[in-house]
Amino acid sequence: MPTILSGNAAIARGAYEAGVEFAAAYPGTPSTEILEEIAARYKEIYTEWSVNEKVAFEVAFGAALGGRRALAAMKHVGVNVAADALMTAAYTGVNAGMVLVSADDPGMHSSQNEQDNRFLALLAKVPLLEPTDSQEAKDYAIAAFAISEQFDTPVMLRVTTRICHGRSVVTLGERQVPPPRPYVKSAQKYVMIPAYARRRHALLEAERRPALQAYAESFAGNRLQMGDPAMGIVASGVSYQYAREAFPQASFLKLGMSHPLPVALVRQFAASVERLYVVEELEPFLEDQMRALGLAVVGKQVLPRTGELAPEIVQRALAGHGRSVAVGGLRVAEAPAAPAPLVPAPATGSAEQTAAAAPAAAPAELPARPPVLCPGCPHRGLFYVLKKLRATVVGDIGCYTLGVLPPLDAMDTCICMGASIGVAQGLVRATDAKTGKRLVAVLGDSTFIHAGIPSLVNAVYNRARLTVIIADNRTTAMTGQQDHPGTGRTLNGATAPALDFEALARAVGVTSVVTVDPLDLDATERAVRTAADVEGPAVIIARRPCVFVDRQQYKGPVAVDPEACTRCRLCLRLGCPAISLGDQAVVVDSTLCAGCELCADICPQGAFIRPHAREQA
Amino acid sequence: MNENGTTSILFAGVGGQGIVLSSSLLATVCLAAGHDVKQSEVHGMAQRGGSVTSHVRFGSRVYSPTIPQGQADFLVGFELLECARWLDHLAPGGVVLASTQRLDPLPVASGAATYPDGLAEHIRARAPGAHLLDALHLARQAGSVRAVNMAMLGALARHLPFPAATWRESIAARVPPKTLDTNWNAFLAGRDA
Repeated sequence: MPTILSGNAAIARGAYEAGVEFAAAYPGTPSTEILEEIAARYKEIYTEWSVNEKVAFEVAFGAALGGRRALAAMKHVGVNVAADALMTAAYTGVNAGMVLVSADDPGMHSSQNEQDNRFLALLAKVPLLEPTDSQEAKDYAIAAFAISEQFDTPVMLRVTTRICHGRSVVTLGERQVPPPRPYVKSAQKYVMIPAYARRRHALLEAERRPALQAYAESFAGNRLQMGDPAMGIVASGVSYQYAREAFPQASFLKLGMSHPLPVALVRQFAASVERLYVVEELEPFLEDQMRALGLAVVGKQVLPRTGELAPEIVQRALAGHGRSVAVGGLRVAEAPAAPAPLVPAPATGSAEQTAAAAPAAAPAELPARPPVLCPGCPHRGLFYVLKKLRATVVGDIGCYTLGVLPPLDAMDTCICMGASIGVAQGLVRATDAKTGKRLVAVLGDSTFIHAGIPSLVNAVYNRARLTVIIADNRTTAMTGQQDHPGTGRTLNGATAPALDFEALARAVGVTSVVTVDPLDLDATERAVRTAADVEGPAVIIARRPCVFVDRQQYKGPVAVDPEACTRCRLCLRLGCPAISLGDQAVVVDSTLCAGCELCADICPQGAFIRPHAREQA
Repeated sequence: MNENGTTSILFAGVGGQGIVLSSSLLATVCLAAGHDVKQSEVHGMAQRGGSVTSHVRFGSRVYSPTIPQGQADFLVGFELLECARWLDHLAPGGVVLASTQRLDPLPVASGAATYPDGLAEHIRARAPGAHLLDALHLARQAGSVRAVNMAMLGALARHLPFPAATWRESIAARVPPKTLDTNWNAFLAGRDA
């Protein structure tokens, strides 16, 4: 019975059917739902949120060594964190099957970069599978475990946002658990001291690489689809779907396993078509390898190296190159003839295309609709204070990164998970003497646990003069409210010892540790000012639950007294989606307002009516 | 329908309006009717009150999960500004179904930008025969302002060849039982609007 699954749900299903018994991850868009699906639907499988991707990879690796099939899932930048373990796990091998899911985010829908992790598979020398839809996401997940065991290597299953969060039809199968593979002690295989590592590396090159190479040539997911021989397209992942859509009559070499490259198959395909194209998102991963084979290919000289591809991008790029040999499946490319007096904002699509569609008369920009901190978000109070104090704010990865946007406009840097404390330490050392100003590092509770703790130890150790603000909203909010060690609950809802941030900070040697409610603006401002005078690092824990974690924390929406409001716009500096400027007074949308009352706290006219005041009236 | 035999529906609106549920329901109905179907959406930062779209495509064999620019047979706009933003994805002769609801983005609410006038006329000029309906009102009458997505789905259903029973089964499978009547009434109100 076919059903519709997201790519992430299909990977979860594939893991289940493949007999996986252990799965670990740190949440990260677009990978998060893989572990959530496994935890919710397949109770036979042990699941955990690990504190970061490196740990997730390591615990899964350990489970595989112990003889159970294991999966680790993470977003593309998470693999950077796990890379240390990955690079050497490729030498040791894994015993039972181990699959690393790398969920890449071309176009950066919810990421800080769009690195192409296929190169990490190449660097680590592990097999790489790239499904093109949900059915293949499930099938390749199963195949990946078989490959992992057959060749005793971690396998990377690389997906992208359009696979993870695309839904398509999947036929389900049964779960089959292979018998456990006993762990056998072998220091020469698993203890990578240089003498043993040299042997393992040589063995990998001498035996595993050629064996995988031969396997790739016959892997069922690597297949020729011969159409018009005038146009031969090599593609993998969702790019294959875009290319098929654009050129349904062309010949294709579809690569389900793209590392090691099936060289003989590629040569055979190249010899059977007149002109060879490579359609791939981001980097010329396949293209460069094919060029190294001496093949003449058309790829990145016509296709973009940034952002997502789309059928119309592929069609325009390839149709415009050389002879128009294939009949495109698209009827697009011509500008619509109908009047279009409004030009969409550039962020919504190709400015080039929309400009072509617009007539000369009266173009007006459509206002953008950027993501915003939610109504009732406790981060809003913190960033309002930091903006007011004109603090230099070294930011980090999470919902609170939205504090950078106007009108809060209260962030200076954001690089990667946990970077804030280290960057702040360097920045304060380089600039403090000149400006006399103190810097604050702001990072969330989950981010602090993920990669902030070693940096805090470093700051204490090296006597850095900075303020670390842990924006503790009691959850991993941006990815959809996942638990972490600070919440005292596991992925499966079991209770766990809750990490005590205050005690932790003191234990590593921070002498000034203060906890405030970020919606208490006066107390928050006092804490930040006081921390500035502390020698060595000071820690402020700005604690209040995410509005989605505790929906009962507020008393209900505020109202506006239009007589009292002078339209001074001070409340608009909060950047609250529930407040807008009306003709007579500001307006609060009662369906959006969560009731944090920050607006009432800052209004000099007392024009906001608090919910409890309304009840008394 | 394009030359590949694929019908494409683009949903556009604001995070929290129920776009993902609507498009997922539509995909279920397409599958039940025996079609290949693909749907594509985006999570994470993009959902925090920002513009949200979801693509649904069905036919005998669907390739790309996203709708190429200029190929949407239907544009279902849950909000006027968001509907206007995606007009360039509409196919020649494509159908626009738009809720007349207005939700100010933050730059407008804070006075940094203005909400454009004449969006309805703009949409009609680009897509003659565009069907503009007060889905918020229909949903409220049906019992919940949260059923706007069902009213819009109903408006779309009138143009698609799927029986009412299939729609009802799919909706029943996805909403809490005690809200089924409200959701179904909103669907019918949208269909008949």
